[in-house]
Amino acid sequence: MSTESQTAVHDEHHDHKPSGFLNRWLFTTNHKDIGTLYLVFSLLMFFIGGSMAMVIRAELFMPGLQLVEPEFFNQMTTMHALIMVFGAVMPAWVGFANWMIPMMIGAPDMALPRMNNWSFWILPFAFTMLLSTLFMDSGGPAAGWTLYPPLSLQGGQSFAFVVFAVHMMGISSIMGSINVIATILNMRAPGMTLLKMPLFVWTWLITAFLLIAVMPVLAGAVTMLLTDHFFGTSFFNAAGGGDPVMFQHIFWFFGHPEVYIMILPAFGVVSEIIPTFSRKPLFGYTAMVYATASIAFLSFIVWAHHMFTVGMPLTGELFFMYATMLIAVPTGVKVFNWVSTMWRGSMTFETPMLFAIGFVVLFTIGGLSGLMLAIAAVDLQYHDTYFVVAHFHYVLVPGSIFALMAGTYYWLPKWTGQMYSEKWGKIHFWVSAISVNILFFPQHYLGLAGMPRRIPDYSPQFADFNMISSIGGFIFGASQLIFVGVIIHCVYKSKKAATGRVWEGAKGLEWTLPSPAPYHSFDTPPPIDSTTIAHVETSH
Amino acid sequence: MKKQNTFIVAAAVTAAVIAAFWLLLAAPAYTGNEINMTRGVTAQSAIAYQLHMVILWICVVIGVIVFSAMFVSIVLHRKSRGQTPAQFTHSTKAEIIWTIIPVVILVVMAVPATKALVHMEVAPETEMTIKITGFQWRWKYEYVEDGIQFISSLDAASNAVRMLESDTNPETVPDYLLNVDKPLVLPADTKIKFLITADDVIHSWWVPALGWKRDAVPGFINEAWTEVKEPGVYRGQCAELCGKDHGFMPIVLNVLPKDEYRAWVREQTEGLAQQQADSERLWTREELMDLGEGVYAAQCATCHQADGQGLAPAFPALAGSVIANGPLTDNIDLVLHGREGTAMPAWGSMLSDADIAATLTYTRNAFGNETGDIIQPQTITRIKNG
Repeated sequence: MSTESQTAVHDEHHDHKPSGFLNRWLFTTNHKDIGTLYLVFSLLMFFIGGSMAMVIRAELFMPGLQLVEPEFFNQMTTMHALIMVFGAVMPAWVGFANWMIPMMIGAPDMALPRMNNWSFWILPFAFTMLLSTLFMDSGGPAAGWTLYPPLSLQGGQSFAFVVFAVHMMGISSIMGSINVIATILNMRAPGMTLLKMPLFVWTWLITAFLLIAVMPVLAGAVTMLLTDHFFGTSFFNAAGGGDPVMFQHIFWFFGHPEVYIMILPAFGVVSEIIPTFSRKPLFGYTAMVYATASIAFLSFIVWAHHMFTVGMPLTGELFFMYATMLIAVPTGVKVFNWVSTMWRGSMTFETPMLFAIGFVVLFTIGGLSGLMLAIAAVDLQYHDTYFVVAHFHYVLVPGSIFALMAGTYYWLPKWTGQMYSEKWGKIHFWVSAISVNILFFPQHYLGLAGMPRRIPDYSPQFADFNMISSIGGFIFGASQLIFVGVIIHCVYKSKKAATGRVWEGAKGLEWTLPSPAPYHSFDTPPPIDSTTIAHVETSH
Repeated sequence: MKKQNTFIVAAAVTAAVIAAFWLLLAAPAYTGNEINMTRGVTAQSAIAYQLHMVILWICVVIGVIVFSAMFVSIVLHRKSRGQTPAQFTHSTKAEIIWTIIPVVILVVMAVPATKALVHMEVAPETEMTIKITGFQWRWKYEYVEDGIQFISSLDAASNAVRMLESDTNPETVPDYLLNVDKPLVLPADTKIKFLITADDVIHSWWVPALGWKRDAVPGFINEAWTEVKEPGVYRGQCAELCGKDHGFMPIVLNVLPKDEYRAWVREQTEGLAQQQADSERLWTREELMDLGEGVYAAQCATCHQADGQGLAPAFPALAGSVIANGPLTDNIDLVLHGREGTAMPAWGSMLSDADIAATLTYTRNAFGNETGDIIQPQTITRIKNG
């Protein structure tokens, strides 16, 4: 209580936001404003990438081509992936990092506020450039988001725009990561030792190191594509002494850690939400931290499981199969710990908890199909089919995206000072959770029955499940408008004020601040003890 | 009393979770659609299928246990039932147990997985060799020992119906998108080695009934092998995105009993002699134009379009083009050797000399092009031989 009244007094002379639209948003160095910019931007990208998915599902609604030419279809699958990965999921997590990390570790702001501004404002330009290729003569990239040469080198002049856009996204991500690491390592309130940090902060710290390690690798790979395309080099051109398979090794050395970059912060958010609504401390906090670190380490030595069919030596295939199977161990620990956190708790099921439970169930399904894909001998059948499409959408959509939604509902009252509509939040959850399964579960059957991925048209034997999948897709797409409606209502229309604590079982420094949180989160370091934070180090 | 209550809830929840799994994994089969991996027709595909089912069952058991525990908790441990939260934060014993048990399960899985992979990847002594070359968007098959070679493309019926402007229902086309003009004919009960490569971009050769796919990478030759027990027709598709017509690059195997296969080889070898004679005699303009129109429709029209207008920007028009109306030697050179960095393949090694001569004659005298050139197969042979 005393903390709240102190901060309230504080607010009177410190909580002045910059006046004027440009000063407030374009030149802002405030972690909350930048966080908001990131989140709004990623929501916009989620809808742009989503509308491309709608084009894909509409074309696949029935056999035969009805709407788009195959070349444009390929541009849609490629752009959908690039936009969703680099434009929606990654910036959304950086938005959460900006908003929450200073509040969770008792800091006033991020460590490097000007760089923070820059790392966001690069993004709109990067994505304008990427999207503009759709309007150029040679069209958008159409070789898949993996940009495998030689196919990607067949693209026209617009390919240079794609490469530079990827460079800019990489610079933005690296700056964001440096900021996260600098903030977490330097700005924690006295007494907030590393093993007292909320799990969301931990997962982001590890994610930031992954980003710094792999984004330069991607930058190198696309630069080599650029010089192969425009300057006559032969890095990946077999006729010139190059090696097209080398690109795949380099790409997936980036690409596999990249998928953990998208999921680790999701683990963090879910590890905050489940204890809150179970009214019980997170089970096995230390094990969760070590499991996250193990997953991050393993992510660097499994990349070639994306390449079992390229013709690797047997020993190579065996190594990557075993390493990949190992990931199931720390991931299993996480799932078991979430269930144990719920066990004998006192649960309520507000929207954030519903999304978190949906995450645990559906992410586990995606994890299990991932285990199946790890088995190299069977992957020779699964590879490049809709089974793979179903797998990675299960871990990304009801995985990462559900966690993003859970986090949004969880912290929205803290951000805005107002409660969202619980009724519409729950409607959003149920429609999304049901439709996402109608959308992606039948794709397992399609893949097993032999439908390759990335094809615009298919044999009529695949017609029924494609139609069901498309119907699920349209419902899922439309139901995200409810999400936007709930957010707009909460920000502008909601009359129900949020308390500082917001949720009965909420623990952690962010809940000791009033709602909405003051502009400069903690001007003075808050006390760190069992009354304020969730994870108090336990001694045996 | 309370304990009994818990037991009933646990049993009911587990039953519900099992029912949900059944609904997702077994029930859809009753729609008459295929929902599972094929058992295939080779030892490799049978192994892949069995391993797939073993791992699937392990995953189902894990899923049932985890989800049941979770939903039992959701039913019982809710605030609305007046639960007071326990405050335990960890249990070293439990955590060690659920780290070790998954490791044991993984080791149990790794044993058959390793055996299967060794069986699939280590080729036995093979009796014949087929070289497969993927190029946009066809497959070329070469029978190394018998000297037979041909190109296999999407069949004309599927090709017509798959066009955006086509109004025909694909259901009316037999084996829509899974049929070709010339299938790969193979003998049954024979160990066959495949050498797989590509000319332009990466493709992937996949017939599910054989149990594997293998990428066709330009500059690399990948090896794979098979032995099909049952004669029959087996269908597959290119499995690696290879450009606009990636979805229209099917594979059809026609596996014949050994004696029928030998008869087929004889027939093809006689055809080769005919081809040889064709490339040595002189052709009339009409003969060349007729043959050329057919070859153009089968091989060239996907990119350059039936009307020769091309598809900007990747696929240039032939109508009025500088090359099709320019010096003949440049045009022949382009067709024989292809153009690097584009989808234009080197046709010199893929079509017969008569086919190339006829196609050139056709493209230089159609779509409003009026060079008047008549190109004889002999000319092509002479240029190819330097």
